[in-house]
Amino acid sequence: MTNELDIFVGNTTLIDEDVYRLWLDGYSVNDAVALRVRSGILEQTGATAAVLQSDTMDHYRTFHMLERLLHAPPKLLHQLIFQIPPSRQALLIERYYAFDEAFVREVLGKKLSKGTKKDLDDISTKTGITLKSCRRQFDNFKRVFKVVEEMRGSLVDNIQQHFLLSDRLARDYAAIVFFANNRFETGKKKLQYLSFGDFAFCAELMIQNWTLGAVDSQVDDMDVDLDKEFLQDLKELKVLVADKDLLDLHKSLVCTALRGKLGVFSEMEANFKNLSRGLVNVAAKLTHNKDVRDLFVDLVEKFVEPCRSDHWPLNDVRLFLNQYSASVHSLDGFRHQALWDRYMGTLRGCLLRLYHD
Amino acid sequence: MPGKLKVKIVAGRHLPVMDRASDLTDAFVEVKFGNTTFKTDVYLKSLNPQWNSEWFKFEVDDEDLQDEPLQITVLDHDTYSANDAIGKVYIDIDPLLYSEAATVISGWFPIYDTIHGIRGEINVVVKVDLFNDLNRFRQSSCGVKFFCTTSIPKCYRAVIIHGFVEELVVNEDPEYQWIDRIRTPRASNEARQRLISLMSGELQRKIGLKVLEMRGNAVVGYLQCFDLEGESGLVVRAIGTACTLDKLSSPAAFLPACNSPSKDMKEIPFNEDPNPNTHSSGPSTPLKNQTYSFSPSKSYSRQSSSSDTDLSLTPKTGMGSGSAGKEGGPFKALLRQQTQSALEQRGGSPHRFCRRREFPFFTLTAFPPGFLVHVGGVVSARSVKLLDRIHNPDEPETRDAWWAEIRQEIKSHAKALGCHAVVGYSESTSICEEVCILSASGTAAVLNPRFLQDGTVESCLEQRLEENLPAGCGFCHIPYDELNMPFPAHLTYCYNCRKQKVPDVLFTTIDLPIDATVIGKGCLIQARLCRLKKKAQAEANATAISNLLPFMEYEVHTQLMNKLKLKGMNALFGLRIQITVGENMLMGLASATGVYLAALPLPGGIQIAGKTPNDGSYEQHVSHMQKKINDTIAKNKELYEINPPEISEEIIGSPIPEPRQRSRLLRSQSESSDEVTELDLSHGKKDAFVLEIDDTDAMEDVHSLLTDVPPPSGFYSCNTEIMPGINNWTSEIQMFTSVRVIRLSSLNLTNQALNKNFNDLCENLLKSLYFKLRSMIPCCLCHVNFTVSLPEDELIQVTVTAVAITFDKNQALQTTKTQVEKSLQRASTDNEELLQFPLELCSDSLPSHPFPPAKEHLESASSNSGIPAAQRAVTVEKASPMNEGNFRNRSAPPCANSTVGVVKMTPLSFIPGAKITKYLGIINMFFIRETTSLREEGGVSGFLHAFVAEVFAMVRAHVAALGGNAVVSYIMKQCVFMENPNKNQAQCLINVSGDAVVFVHESELEVVSSQPPTANCQSSCPGGDVTT
Repeated sequence: MTNELDIFVGNTTLIDEDVYRLWLDGYSVNDAVALRVRSGILEQTGATAAVLQSDTMDHYRTFHMLERLLHAPPKLLHQLIFQIPPSRQALLIERYYAFDEAFVREVLGKKLSKGTKKDLDDISTKTGITLKSCRRQFDNFKRVFKVVEEMRGSLVDNIQQHFLLSDRLARDYAAIVFFANNRFETGKKKLQYLSFGDFAFCAELMIQNWTLGAVDSQVDDMDVDLDKEFLQDLKELKVLVADKDLLDLHKSLVCTALRGKLGVFSEMEANFKNLSRGLVNVAAKLTHNKDVRDLFVDLVEKFVEPCRSDHWPLNDVRLFLNQYSASVHSLDGFRHQALWDRYMGTLRGCLLRLYHD
Repeated sequence: MPGKLKVKIVAGRHLPVMDRASDLTDAFVEVKFGNTTFKTDVYLKSLNPQWNSEWFKFEVDDEDLQDEPLQITVLDHDTYSANDAIGKVYIDIDPLLYSEAATVISGWFPIYDTIHGIRGEINVVVKVDLFNDLNRFRQSSCGVKFFCTTSIPKCYRAVIIHGFVEELVVNEDPEYQWIDRIRTPRASNEARQRLISLMSGELQRKIGLKVLEMRGNAVVGYLQCFDLEGESGLVVRAIGTACTLDKLSSPAAFLPACNSPSKDMKEIPFNEDPNPNTHSSGPSTPLKNQTYSFSPSKSYSRQSSSSDTDLSLTPKTGMGSGSAGKEGGPFKALLRQQTQSALEQRGGSPHRFCRRREFPFFTLTAFPPGFLVHVGGVVSARSVKLLDRIHNPDEPETRDAWWAEIRQEIKSHAKALGCHAVVGYSESTSICEEVCILSASGTAAVLNPRFLQDGTVESCLEQRLEENLPAGCGFCHIPYDELNMPFPAHLTYCYNCRKQKVPDVLFTTIDLPIDATVIGKGCLIQARLCRLKKKAQAEANATAISNLLPFMEYEVHTQLMNKLKLKGMNALFGLRIQITVGENMLMGLASATGVYLAALPLPGGIQIAGKTPNDGSYEQHVSHMQKKINDTIAKNKELYEINPPEISEEIIGSPIPEPRQRSRLLRSQSESSDEVTELDLSHGKKDAFVLEIDDTDAMEDVHSLLTDVPPPSGFYSCNTEIMPGINNWTSEIQMFTSVRVIRLSSLNLTNQALNKNFNDLCENLLKSLYFKLRSMIPCCLCHVNFTVSLPEDELIQVTVTAVAITFDKNQALQTTKTQVEKSLQRASTDNEELLQFPLELCSDSLPSHPFPPAKEHLESASSNSGIPAAQRAVTVEKASPMNEGNFRNRSAPPCANSTVGVVKMTPLSFIPGAKITKYLGIINMFFIRETTSLREEGGVSGFLHAFVAEVFAMVRAHVAALGGNAVVSYIMKQCVFMENPNKNQAQCLINVSGDAVVFVHESELEVVSSQPPTANCQSSCPGGDVTT
């Protein structure tokens, strides 16, 4: 006796959160059944394995049918086939678009192309996330990217509007889209200690201050592309390190202000010129696309690592960066105050976030 | 031109991409009614077109309005080739044809294609302007309301219940016409869908005409079915109960009545029984025992008729007047007067409405209190027929004759039971190739003669009835003469009043009457059976089937009886026995809800006996089995909270001697009842049911008895509307359909193996349901409806539709287990409330209404002190909605614009925690879905899962478009699934129906209500609907 056909359809679509998770995680029906058995559900409910199998199949079929709608979440809200309470719809969408930290770190900043998709096998092996789940996450990134890429208006708002994600998740997707568009390098070994959250934090600051949208909210691609003009202008900052007088003055201003306040004062004093050169050179190089991509590598190499090797406490880094940015205003010979603030304001935030073990 | 149909096509959304090049669609719409077609403009390059068309106007006869569906086709415009169809929407405009229902149909409809399923949605607005038609000989029956609900719909009052209406129409099945060979599957499916839609319209119109002829204005319990007879044609038939209904919506009429049947009481001048002395002289129809009377009419069409319930096994009872004693009294009188005035208004004598009808059948399963006096038991008849081509579709005489024959049989069975009417009546067919089994069943009953006619007879009858009223238990008294019983039965004096005789077990096809006194909770009981049969052709096949039928019926009943006893219960409600015929087997599936009726005697235990008493080890085995059975019974009693009060023998009186030996029909029954008492003290002094386990068959039976596992804790199930013993439903409901098909291994199939497979299939299905719905615990599966079909040689298909309803466990315990004092207290306060009620009523509508009946009621209630708590709980439960009624009466009319986003669906006639404020019309939809890419659609399960979900969606969309937010009395009448995996093809036909309604949550109502009575609010809210 075999079950040739076995279905259950409720007027209100039944959604089992646990099974949904297993499905999202890319487990086959059999694996999912095995995992459910292991969770002790049979003992709790007195059900048999056959019942569990049938139940899992049913849910998988439902999810499979829902998946098409989940690709365009507003459709899920307006469709008539599945009657799902709004709170459940939100849960379905949110979970479908949720991603694994391990996975996102692998693809963050990579081009969301077929080529990358081919690497998913390796990513799956490396992260232990099933290939199916990797594909879903990758396709989600790509789908969101495609939809909002050339759209006018705030990136986060656009994502929220077209994918009905929570604010939190929409921000994360904004970071993913921003990184994918600018192709920031995040996979280097020295960047491995950084979490997705660190990058997302930086992305948000950069979107707010360094993109076209930061100056004009009525242009296409405003939140996705960096403000090219701004990047060009950053060359002007070079004077801060190229002009020896200016550099010395800057250093003395910072040192005066921080004397006695910094635990690592002597190290700071000794390293000031190197650090300043590093930060200003990063700015100056941003005219080239390749250097833009290496932004995070450079920041870690030129600033985070030197400080860390001297064991700067985070608070000292904060005091230093604050003073370092502020002191420029007292440099009479320096004319690009606004530019400096736009650059350094964001960079300071990023650096503080990136500065950890 | 009696009608103008106006249609506006507003917009579309989520259309499929029809042009691969642009990934867009150039859509336009064709609107067709009858032979007239209109088209919208083409909306270029969009998946969300905004046509915003003008009003398309069709001027049509109302006959056409009733028959024809509005057909909307969405197409993709193609300049160079033929336009591609995207899909269709059929809209039944019938709900617009009577004034109280919907006034406009407006909303998003799924665009459906029989090959691709749902492909986007279309927004349509439909209106109808009807002109008055003065033509007396009209062919239309606009204005007759149809209800699937098998009770008087809430918010209506039955002025007259006229009785049985039936009709059938036949046609050739397009699927089997020659043209089908050359047209596409899509064209063929659409032709079929359209034809069936037309035929249902025609059928409904014809039934409507009959109702108008009877001077009724509505059909309640309308059941329409399709018989797909294959080559020989397509039959659409329907039965129903004609009524004259009054809407209880005007503020003067008391609105709250809608919520509880105890209030929509009415007078029922019910069509006269041809044999008046049946009731005038009391039930006393002598009868020849006719359990299995075979009447081979022709060589090939042998009729197996069984006055079912193998009378011997299942004696029957009457129920009825007892309830009237409690609260029916005042109402009856009251409503009689109302009726009279209604009749006078119509300017005719009441007699004119009491037409003699051929068949005194009622498709209703729940009745106004006092309507039902006695229940005799289940009557059923089956007949095996050979199908032949219907030569003249306009004269479907053969089919008519077949059904007439069966109905006649039913009628005579009822008469044999001393009953003049059949309630809870239904008809069904099972077809395999050219053999067809026609089945009909119902419950023989005596209806209150007071409703039958007025005049002199009434007064004397009334007295007789009145005697029963205070007892509150007239309930299960036999309608037949005890000295001349139609079948052997074991009678005792009623355990409640101890005056009248009752049988030991009662089987019925109706719902548990609201005034029934039940102890503990009920449960779903099923008997399952398979019998192999040789493959044969035509007459030989029909004969073989006829020969098998009586044995199947017999075994099904034995199983039911055993299972009932195992549960420690003594009555079955909602009994439905389905016999399905296949190529090489017959399947029997009986479902019913078992309960313990307080008026019936304690059920005896089950006694196992072996025939080789000298064998020691065998004895041991037998006693082991016996112990297991006894344990199970004890466990079940605890589980279902069956603890009837102890009543000493003397009061009950000695059992009436059995008029006949029961053993003749009971294969497994013992000859003497002496050993029974000896054996099983715990289950009573009564005779036990004895099973001989000598042959393997019986062994199997015993095993299967014990393998039925009870639902997991927190779950209850029943196939009736409400679950006895649970009366505090919360508002969460989940209707579902589950379909399973198993493939039998074809090797060496034996009856035993087959039985086991079938049993496992049903049990596993139930287990799956319990597991799936575990998040709703505590909950009850209500109206569990199993349907079996045998689509192919080795396939068994079981379809289940039911609704899971949550309830409040704490409250349930409270009401069923209250201490005597507490419930007494509550009963008395409720009584006071009750007293107010008629008073208010009097001032409202009937100032001259006499008070005494209410007093009488109080007396009867107060004399109740000896009755078990459960019974009082029932009293309380019934009483409370009235208070609710009181305050609801004052509440403002509910707004119709409540949310239509969610559409609830339920097979029940009510929605827990809510009040139905409007019936919008009947939903009767037929869909075909076919695929030629079965694997790609996820195999058979994927295909059917999607289809069932789509059917639900289309039902919901139609209801929402009518302005409704729920479908009640929903039923999936047919789910025919055929597959051909080798060709990667499958086809499925689904037919569903129900009543579209508007409901308002009780909580919302209470907010509006100015001064909710705080004292009773708690008990009344959840309880109110249970009684409905």
